[in-house]
Amino acid sequence: MSKHILTERIEQAHAKGRLALIPFLPGGYPDKKRFWEEIDQLDKNGADIIEIGMPFSDPVADGPVVEHASLKCLEAGVNLAWILGELAARKGRYHAGIVLMGYLNPVLQYGLSRFAKDAASAGAHGVILADVPFEESEPIRAAFDPEGLALIALVGLNTAPERMELYGSVAKGFAYFVSVLGTTGVRSSFDTGLPPEVSAGLAAAKKAFGVPVALGFGLKRPEQLAGLHGLADAAVFGSALIRHIDEGGEAAGFMKIWK
Amino acid sequence: MKKGYYGDFGGQFVPELLMPPLLELEEAMERILPSKEFQDELASELKHFVGRPTALTFCPNLSTKLGIKLWLKREDLAHGGAHKVNNTIGQALLAKKLGKTRLLAETGAGQHGVASALAAARLGMKCTIYMGALDVERQSLNVRRMRLFGAEVVPVESGTRTLKDAINAALRAWIAEQRTTHYCFGTAAGPHPFPLLVRELQSVISREARAQMLEQAGRLPDYVVACVGGGSNAIGAFHEFEPDASVKLVGVEAAGRGKPGDWHSAPLSKNGTPGVLHGMRSQLIQTDEGQILPSHSIAPGLDYPGVGPEHAALQASGRATYVNVTDDAAIEAFLELSRHEGIMPALESSHALGWVLRNAGSLPRGSHVVVCLSGRGDKDLDIVNDYVAAQGEGK
Repeated sequence: MSKHILTERIEQAHAKGRLALIPFLPGGYPDKKRFWEEIDQLDKNGADIIEIGMPFSDPVADGPVVEHASLKCLEAGVNLAWILGELAARKGRYHAGIVLMGYLNPVLQYGLSRFAKDAASAGAHGVILADVPFEESEPIRAAFDPEGLALIALVGLNTAPERMELYGSVAKGFAYFVSVLGTTGVRSSFDTGLPPEVSAGLAAAKKAFGVPVALGFGLKRPEQLAGLHGLADAAVFGSALIRHIDEGGEAAGFMKIWK
Repeated sequence: MKKGYYGDFGGQFVPELLMPPLLELEEAMERILPSKEFQDELASELKHFVGRPTALTFCPNLSTKLGIKLWLKREDLAHGGAHKVNNTIGQALLAKKLGKTRLLAETGAGQHGVASALAAARLGMKCTIYMGALDVERQSLNVRRMRLFGAEVVPVESGTRTLKDAINAALRAWIAEQRTTHYCFGTAAGPHPFPLLVRELQSVISREARAQMLEQAGRLPDYVVACVGGGSNAIGAFHEFEPDASVKLVGVEAAGRGKPGDWHSAPLSKNGTPGVLHGMRSQLIQTDEGQILPSHSIAPGLDYPGVGPEHAALQASGRATYVNVTDDAAIEAFLELSRHEGIMPALESSHALGWVLRNAGSLPRGSHVVVCLSGRGDKDLDIVNDYVAAQGEGK
């Protein structure tokens, strides 16, 4: 079986001697026009995979930065149809793999199989649904698999090895390891070295998953990346990129810091 | 059936980071909850601390007026002034056996917050309550009570600043604090096992009411009526009557102001659709695009855009019927019960009573109707006074 494109993108970064970089931006942030300009900049400036947030009114896994940004997008009229339509119009334009990230309910209301078809044909390669644990994932994988769409698992410091194995047994693309017990945007305390429980968790995840493991939540400074080599395969940036844009920056400048 | 499901509803739609504490709780429910030691301890707390059994009170004056036999299951007499303590004392005992040192809870009207805070104080635990900032303003008496019991009250400013956002905030806090903290969920909703756990602990309402009806009336009721927000008092009032086919179960939701286009809190009896929120698949008030809409009710404890999954299933199976009444009907019931029976009901419970007052004429004459009076109305005096004053000004 050929490798999933998301796995390939991460391995291509490794071939260049670096971790894969996975920025996240809520769909339609900071506004509907500029969002796609920022995505272009991310793609041209070293993003290996780009995560596009699908805004939801009640994002329980997100901290205040992502929640606020998502609600702002909803107020501006962003919905799934808009994200998928605009993405489809740009199909073939990006080198980066495309992952959609959000919560189950908007996907259910769009229609699970309709979503799977439209997302795949718009050029998305994977989906993260923050409120779908393994127990509820079977119908979703059944809809995604025929389209080649990967359901990316989110695991963390409190995920026991047996549960990692469950997720690992069905994993495609990559897996997402959350570095802190908390919501997105929680700051990690580490500078260059990883706390021992994060290193141990990453090692367990690497063992359980046959796909690369990305580390997310709380990466703030480029120096932190150095400590990840050999432990994680990729790093995810969410709240940090939103803050950078809120402070007047652009995606290109953000990527230069990290690359 | 799949674990944690009631028909098509229920489930465990939470981030993986919350699965370990939910699995821990499931395991505790199987191992600790049924044990004689736990049940004895719970029975003792319910008797000596909560003040159970609560009375089943016949209402002579309203019965004559309405042409039915009206009975009230007096959860307003439970310690703290509402049924909520049945759940919190049970969950707090369970949490303590799991070695947790702190409770966190969401609250709407503040009744569950008060009940969590007093259970924590009783058992020597710390307590943090998440409460929508709007609810903090409109239920200030309960905020003061929680603080007296030593709880920290955190106003939640995000979203609609009501119960739904308080639940989001509490779930987020639980992700971070799960090792030391039990999330004392307040209603028969949320991810499995909460709907089951809350039902188990609230079923004491119908266990007592069923026996009391047989003893005091010599028969089962024809109707059991309870208000439904998330639905904890209703599931507790219904559960033991479910096998009694002759007993009709009526859940009363809040229709809000009842004007076209206005927000309401009635996903089952108005225009709710199936969806996933707060860890469960249930009926929700939402847009076609799956964004959760604001809800409204004059009763803060009913002000919620979802409903417990077992109620959605009871509606789908036809075992229970769900109806709604407006703010007006609830206020009228609040005043009527106070004036004619000397009992001041919570605005939440006033919805159940309001449905009976407005529909007594269409029930068979002499029907025995049990209303779950889920709480007392002291906390609502300001709201009622303001509402009546505004009506007097012709608003």
